[in-house]
Amino acid sequence: MNSFENMDGILQSDSYRNTILSYLGVLSPRRMDDPARSFLRRQPSKSHLLKIALACLCLFVSSSLFAQDWVKTGTSLGVEKVRLGVPDFKPSTADPQNTALLKTFNDTLWNDLDVSGVVELVSKSFYPLQVPGQPPEVNFMAWSAPPPNAAMLAFGNLGVTNGRLTVQGWLYDVKNIQTPQILGKQYSDAASDAAARVMAHKFADEIIVRLGGGVQGIAETQIYFVSDRTGHKEIWAMDYDGSNQHQITRMGSIALSPRVSPDGSRLAFSALTKSGWDIMMYSLEINRPVNFPHLGGTNLSPAWSSDGTKLAFSSSRSGQPDIYVSDASGGNLQRMTTGKGPDVSPVWNRKTNAQIAFVSGRTGLPQIYTMEADGTNQQRMTDQGYAVSPNWAPNGQFLLFAWIRKYGPGEPGSSDIYLMDVASKQWVQLTHDGGRNDFPSWSPDNRHIVFQSNRSGSLQLWTMLADGTKVQQLTFTGHNSQPNWSWK
Amino acid sequence: MKQLNTKWFFLVLALSALLTLGACGKKATPPPPPPPPAPPAPTASIAVNPNTIQAGQSASLTWQTSNATDVSIDGIGAVQANGSQSVSPTDSMTYHLVAKGAGGSQEATARLTVTQAPPPPPPTANVTDEDLFSQNVKDVYFDYDKADVRGDQQASIQADAQFFSQHSNMNFTVEGHCDERGSTEYNLALGDQRASAVKSALVAAGVSASRIKTISYGKEKPFCTESNEACWQQNRRGHLVYQK
Repeated sequence: MNSFENMDGILQSDSYRNTILSYLGVLSPRRMDDPARSFLRRQPSKSHLLKIALACLCLFVSSSLFAQDWVKTGTSLGVEKVRLGVPDFKPSTADPQNTALLKTFNDTLWNDLDVSGVVELVSKSFYPLQVPGQPPEVNFMAWSAPPPNAAMLAFGNLGVTNGRLTVQGWLYDVKNIQTPQILGKQYSDAASDAAARVMAHKFADEIIVRLGGGVQGIAETQIYFVSDRTGHKEIWAMDYDGSNQHQITRMGSIALSPRVSPDGSRLAFSALTKSGWDIMMYSLEINRPVNFPHLGGTNLSPAWSSDGTKLAFSSSRSGQPDIYVSDASGGNLQRMTTGKGPDVSPVWNRKTNAQIAFVSGRTGLPQIYTMEADGTNQQRMTDQGYAVSPNWAPNGQFLLFAWIRKYGPGEPGSSDIYLMDVASKQWVQLTHDGGRNDFPSWSPDNRHIVFQSNRSGSLQLWTMLADGTKVQQLTFTGHNSQPNWSWK
Repeated sequence: MKQLNTKWFFLVLALSALLTLGACGKKATPPPPPPPPAPPAPTASIAVNPNTIQAGQSASLTWQTSNATDVSIDGIGAVQANGSQSVSPTDSMTYHLVAKGAGGSQEATARLTVTQAPPPPPPTANVTDEDLFSQNVKDVYFDYDKADVRGDQQASIQADAQFFSQHSNMNFTVEGHCDERGSTEYNLALGDQRASAVKSALVAAGVSASRIKTISYGKEKPFCTESNEACWQQNRRGHLVYQK
C-alpha cells in the first residue's frame, strides 16, 4: 500500500507540472524574442487594432483553456479530477453545541476540498436523499451511478459528549464495493469552533494527500501578512482560508515583508526602528522578538533558504541597496551584488538553494534577475516594464512575480501576477481582473498562490490556484498586504 | 414896512414853489412789510471713539450736524450731514468739522491721539533653530523612478548648503520619499537611494557628512494622497528634517 501510494504520488505531481507547462505552451508560447511582438513594434499604426484583436482572442482562448485545463490537457495529464461526494457530516449525539460545530466543520471541509484543485466536488443537488453518517449507511449504487456519478465519497459524523468533540470521518471508493475504505479517521478534542475547524483541515488534508498524488495538502498552513488595522502596519497571521486572523508583532512603527522560517518557528521581517530599517526576528514559539544584529543602513525584504540556515536580504549598509546573504543568526555577512541601482526582494530557489532571484533597478525600471547563490551569473529575466516581487515555486521550476508589462504615459499600468518558467523564460499572465496585484507567494503544495490586490477597492489578500482559477478573497478589514505562505 | 411885506411875499412864494415842486417830484411810499425771521444757526458735533489708538489700529469717527448745507471735515473732505467713518491715521490728528448753513457756520473738533506701537521683540528671541530650519531649508524633488538630483534642484542644494554653513550647529536627517506607484519594497530601496543622493550632493556642496543622517520612507509616509502627477511629484522628494 505504501509503495503504491508513493508511485501514485510521483505520477500525479509530474502530471501537475506538465499541466502548468502545457498551458504555458498552449496559451502563451511567447518568448523574449517572439517575432510576433517585434512585428507589433515595427507596425505601430496597426498595432492597436491587432492588440485589441489579440486581447479578445486571448481572453476567449484563455478562459476556455483555463476552465478545461484541469480536466483536459490531453496526453500529459491522462486523468480527470476525481469526482468526490462530500455530504454534510451528521450529528452523533444530541448535544446542543452540535449544530454550530457541524456548520463550521462542514463549511471548512467543503471549502478545503473545493479550493484544493485536486478533486471535483459533486454538486449537493445530485446527492441521494439519504446521506450516510456511518459506513453501514453507505448506498454504493446511489453514489456511483448518475447523477452523482461519484468515484469517491467522504462522510462521517460529529458529536459533543461532556464538552468533548469527536469527529469520525471516512473516505470510500464507492466503485469498489468489496474493499471501499481508503481512509478512516477519528479526531477528539475539547469542543470549540477552533477545534472543529482544525479537525476539518486535518481530514481534508488526509483526503487531498491521497487523491492529489501524494502532495501534502495545505489546509493546516498559515499565511503571514501585513495589516494596518491597529493603525500601524504590523505583522499578522491567519489560516490559509482566511479564518483565525490574529496580530503577531506590536512594533508601533512600521513592520513589513514577513517571511516565516521553513520550520515555522521564526518570523523574519523588516521594521522601522529608531536607527532606521532593520531586519527583525520574531520567535513564533515564545511569541516575542529575538535578537538579530543591527547592520546599519536600510535593511529590507529578508528571505529564508529552504534549509533554514541562511537569510538573503537587501541592505544599504555600504551605501547602495544591495543583496546580502547571512547566516540565520545574522552572522557571516556576505555582499552578493554591487553597482548602480537598488537591488531588493531576494528569494531563494526553494528546491536547490543554489540560486537567488531578486529585483534590480540597475537599468532603470525594476526588473527580475537571477544569480547563483554566490552572486555569480547574474541574468535578467524580464525584458520590459516594471517587474517586482519574485517568489520561487516549491518545485524550483517557476518564478511568480508582479509585472506592469506596458509601462509609461498613456498605458493602463495595471500590475498583474505572472508565472515564468525559469529555464525557458516563457511566461504566462495569471491575473486578468484589474486592480494592482502584487506580492504573490506560493503555497507549499505548489498549487495555490496568495497575493495582494486592490481590485475590490481596497488593498486585500486573495488566493487562487496556480492556473489563475478559484479566486477567493481572504481579508476584508483594514488594508492587508505582502502575504507570505508558510512552508508546511 | 414895505420891506417886511416883500419878505413875507417871497417866503410864501418860496414855500409854495417848494410844495409844488415836492408834489411833482415823487409820490408818497407805502409803509415797509415786517422783516423775515433770521435763519437758525447750524449746529455740529464730532466725536472719535476711542480717542487713543496705537499706530495701525483704527477708530470710529462720528459726527452730527443740523441746519447745515455744506459739511466738511479737514483731511476727509465733504461729508454727509450725519455719518461715521473708520479712520486709522499714523499720527495724532485733530478732526476739524465745519458745518455751514444760512444761519452761519459752526465748527467742531475731535482729537485722536495715536501712540506708536511698541517695537517688535528682537527676532532672535522667539525664533528657534527649528523655525529657521523650516523657513529656509528647501526639499529636493526627483523624477519618476530616479534617484539622481536633477539640474533644476541644484539651486535648492546650494541654498541649503549655504544655510548649513551659516548654522554650523544644526544636524539634520534627509528622508527619502516615493510616490504611491510601484511596489513597497522597491520603493523603500529607491527612497534610500534618494536620501543618499541628497546627502552626497550636500556633502559635495561643503556640508559635513557627519551632520547628515538618512532614512527611507518609501511610500509609507506620503505628503499628498491623491493619484495625480502633481501629488506624486510632491511625494518624490528628499525631505530635510531638523534633528533635535
